[in-house]
Amino acid sequence: MRSIAAIERRIEEIQAKPTANAAGELVGLGEEVLEHWICARGETPTHAKKEGFRLLALHRQGAKGDPSFNACRETCRELIYHYNLVTLEPAHSDSVKRIQLAALVAKHLVLFVGGKMEVAGLGEFCCAAKPVRKNEAVAS
Amino acid sequence: MVDVTERAKQLREVAYYPGCALEGSGNGYDVSTRAIAHELGLKLRDVKDWNCCGAMEVKNIDPKIQTYLSSRVLSQAVNKTHNNVVMAPCNGCYHNLKKAEYDLAYDENSREVVEMLSTKAGHQTYEAGQAETIHALDWIKETIGVDGLRGLTKGKLAGLRIANYYGCMYVRPRHIFPEKDKGPGSESTSKPHFMDDLLAAAGGVNVEFPLKTACCGGAHTLSDSDMSTKLVLNILQAAEASGAEVIATECPTCHSGLEMHQIRAEKRFGKKTNVRILYFTQLLGLALGISPRKLGIHTNISHSLDFIREKGLT
Repeated sequence: MRSIAAIERRIEEIQAKPTANAAGELVGLGEEVLEHWICARGETPTHAKKEGFRLLALHRQGAKGDPSFNACRETCRELIYHYNLVTLEPAHSDSVKRIQLAALVAKHLVLFVGGKMEVAGLGEFCCAAKPVRKNEAVAS
Repeated sequence: MVDVTERAKQLREVAYYPGCALEGSGNGYDVSTRAIAHELGLKLRDVKDWNCCGAMEVKNIDPKIQTYLSSRVLSQAVNKTHNNVVMAPCNGCYHNLKKAEYDLAYDENSREVVEMLSTKAGHQTYEAGQAETIHALDWIKETIGVDGLRGLTKGKLAGLRIANYYGCMYVRPRHIFPEKDKGPGSESTSKPHFMDDLLAAAGGVNVEFPLKTACCGGAHTLSDSDMSTKLVLNILQAAEASGAEVIATECPTCHSGLEMHQIRAEKRFGKKTNVRILYFTQLLGLALGISPRKLGIHTNISHSLDFIREKGLT
C-alpha cells in the first residue's frame, strides 16, 4: 500500500497531465486511501462492491461506528460519478476537464481522510482541536 | 398537510437567530440577510437575549451542554420573542438547534439535563416540537419562492457563473433533518439545491460543482492550518475548474475559511486562485438592486467590488 503522501503526489500528477484513461486509476487511488483508514481502525478492507463499486463498499465499512466519516460520502460518490461520465462517454469533448475534476475530488478525499487519521477518535461529530490541546497539556 | 400559501404567510415573520459568527467575522452575512428581508418585506424579530448555540467547542467537551445552550435559544424564541419559527442563517447554529431538537425528542437523558439546567438558570424549559428551526435558504425559498424571485430580480445575475458551496453542516447528519429528502420540492442531503434554485431564479448560471458539500477544514483551522489551507485550495481550484467566477456560500465558517485560506494558499504554497467568494444573500441582494455597501460586501475579507462593477451588478 502506498503512503498517503505518495497517493496525493500521484493524484497531483494526474491533475497536471490529465489523460482520458486515468478515471479508473483515480478510483483505485480513492480505494487505497480508504484502505488506509480501515487498516488504521484495525480492520481488513472489504473486497465487496456496493452499487458496482468497491470504493462505495469501503466507504460504508469505514463509516461503520464513525458517523463523522460520512462527511466524505458524497466525495466518494462524486468520484464514481465522474468515473462514469468519462468511461461512458470517452470521446466527449469534456473528457479531460472531467478527469481534472475527478482528480480534484480524489484529492479532497486524500486530504480529508489524511486529516482525519491525524485526529482519529477525537471529536464528537466533526474534527476537533482536542488532540492538539491534549498534547499541549501534556507538554506543559 | 400545510397549505403552501399559509406556510409562506407564517414565515414572513420569523424569530431571527444570527448567532455569534454573524456578529463578528460573518457580519456581511447578517447585514445582507437583514437588507434582503427589508427589500422583500419580510420581518426578522431578533431572538431576545440569545446565547451561543454551543458551536463545536462546547459540543466536543460536553454534548449535553451544547443541547442545553441550543434549547435555551429555542426557549427564548418561543417564550420571550413569541415566535415559534427560528431562522438561523449560520450552518453551525442551524445544525446545533436541529440537533438539540432531535436530542430532546429522542433522548431521555438530554431532557433531564436540559430540565435541570433550565430550572437552575431560571427560564422555561424548551420541549421538543415547540419551535421549528429553518435555514435562511428555506426562509427565502418558502416565502418568496423561485418564481417570486425570478419576477423581482429580472435576471440581474444573467451569465454570472456560480459554484454553490453548502459545506457539511447544512445536511449532516441526515437524521436531524427530517424535513429533507422528501422528494420533489424538498431539500436533498446528498445533492442540496436550494441555493442553486434561488440564484438560478436571479439569472445566475450554476456550474456543476463536485465539492458542494465537501469539508472546508473549518474545525482544523487553528490546530492544523496547512490542512485547512489545502482543503480550501482544493475547493477553490475545483470551483475554477468547473468554470465558476464566484463561489456562493451560506455558512459564515466556510465563508471566512475560504476567504482567509485563499490568501494563505498564495502566501504559503504560491497557489493563486481568482474565484470570488460572496454570501448567497449578498448575490441575491445585488440581484434585487441593493447597493454593495448595504450588503456589507466591503466588510468581506476578499475584495469583490471591482468584479461586481465589471459585471454590471451595481
